[in-house]
Amino acid sequence: MKKQAWYQGLAIFSAALTLIFVFVMSQREVKAAPASGAGITGTIKLEGTAPHQRPIDMSKEPACAAVHKANPVTTEKVVAGSGGGLKNVVVYISEGLSGSAENEVASSKPIWDQKGCQYIPHVMGLNPNQHFEVTNSDPTSHNIHPMPKPGGPNHEWNKSQPSGAPPIDNTWQAPEVAIHVKCNIHPWMSGYMVVVKGPYGVSDDSGSFKIENVPPGSYTLTAWQETLGTQTQKITVAAGKPATADFTFKAK
Amino acid sequence: MRTQHLNFIACAVAVLAVCSLSSAQVTKYQEDENLGMEAHVGKLTGHAKDAATNYRRYCAGCHGDLGDGEGENAVWLDPKPRNFTLATFKCRSTPSGSLPTDEDLYNTVGRGLESSNMPSWNPLSDQARADLVAYVKHFSDRWKTEKSGAVIEIPPEPAVNAERIKAGQALFQKLECWKCHGVEGRANGPSADTLTDDQNRPIKPFNFHDQTKFKCGAEDRDLYRIFMTGLDGTPMPSFSDNVKPDEAWDLVFYLRTLQPMHTQEKEIAKQLGLKPINPNAPAPAAAPAAPNAAPTTQPQSNENKPQ
Repeated sequence: MKKQAWYQGLAIFSAALTLIFVFVMSQREVKAAPASGAGITGTIKLEGTAPHQRPIDMSKEPACAAVHKANPVTTEKVVAGSGGGLKNVVVYISEGLSGSAENEVASSKPIWDQKGCQYIPHVMGLNPNQHFEVTNSDPTSHNIHPMPKPGGPNHEWNKSQPSGAPPIDNTWQAPEVAIHVKCNIHPWMSGYMVVVKGPYGVSDDSGSFKIENVPPGSYTLTAWQETLGTQTQKITVAAGKPATADFTFKAK
Repeated sequence: MRTQHLNFIACAVAVLAVCSLSSAQVTKYQEDENLGMEAHVGKLTGHAKDAATNYRRYCAGCHGDLGDGEGENAVWLDPKPRNFTLATFKCRSTPSGSLPTDEDLYNTVGRGLESSNMPSWNPLSDQARADLVAYVKHFSDRWKTEKSGAVIEIPPEPAVNAERIKAGQALFQKLECWKCHGVEGRANGPSADTLTDDQNRPIKPFNFHDQTKFKCGAEDRDLYRIFMTGLDGTPMPSFSDNVKPDEAWDLVFYLRTLQPMHTQEKEIAKQLGLKPINPNAPAPAAAPAAPNAAPTTQPQSNENKPQ
């Protein structure tokens, strides 16, 4: 009788152990899934001739003018490569994300640098509550002045960052496409922070972008460009299968 | 034919009346909901609902019935009246981007804003001004979801001396205040003409050379506060992240030497034979004198090059 009870206990114990093991393993798999999740890649093209970009005269800031002496810089409102690839376009999922995927905050901490009296990058993607750092690599002072829509959920701030000052760490609390950033000391400095929910990508010099870790599903993709506006298209992402989406903006 | 016309006009009037009535009801409802707003200043508690009459009598002409800064006088004014629905305020004791304290707004109502059409409302009772602060707050929902920022404390003012004034001048150059305010504080720096406010309207930097009172007060403490918190909605940034309290006082003392009235600081500057900064000098002009100064204002990277 006693022995039987002992066997019974052992059976229950081993069953419990097996259950726990299975549960842990299944949890691990769930966690690991997005890493092998599909990505969306594509190219942004500009159709037509890129509008003339005005040269920037930095003579009022000799330290910055000296940096660009060999390669004078222009405004960056439309930056197109030789193949027509359009840079600085933010592509994000505007519809179709599940609640958990929508509220996931990217863990990376992108850097918004002020270098040669320009913003690097010129356009930066962010999730709400994702931290970013503002740095100053110049020998001169800047004031960093992001201007979200007045009366909206994000609020304007304006901070001085002298040369050699430590980085400014900050976040935006709500999605906003897009927040204009300017420096009042150097009125030519202009950039955009694009705050969107879920994974996003920003196009590079050749116009290619990549959105990583997109869970399988049907989505609406939106591409945003600072002067050419937005474009959308539908896309379906299958598990573990990379999807592609290309956009073409017409030059105004 | 005549009666047809009259009929048509009567119909139009009726439709318009119904439309305006329904829209008025919507705003009335929202108003009632927000009129519970309070303001706390010292022992005073301001109630928005008690300020409605005073607001309409004294404030609405410029700030508008809806608090949007679009009162009937607004078109004639520069700078424009504040739009309370945006809840962005220049005169704060709190960090850039955060809401001011009730006391900040109370002080602004009492003091008025220099170089603008906003007068001092001190003739109204303390209670009436506290009520008005609550009324100003009731125009934006931001006050329901957010608290005021943490107050940037102002330590007691130290004694002024020559070293502090020189250190302040070095900061004036290093922080590049002169880019807008000009090397002599005449509001003629290289960026001065390009400045715009958050509504993209042209705005001028403060002219230290001509003006005695500042936008948010006339005392040394006010100058300290303006500089540390910045003036939100304008190009004036906050310096509290990068400037220590002692350095901020040095700068206050130096700025006092630029002003038109007689000041103790001006006297000291005269004795020193202090010259305006040279913006083309590679390092702060007053740097050689700085090592003797009590506060350490110079980062290691600065080279001590005499002019």
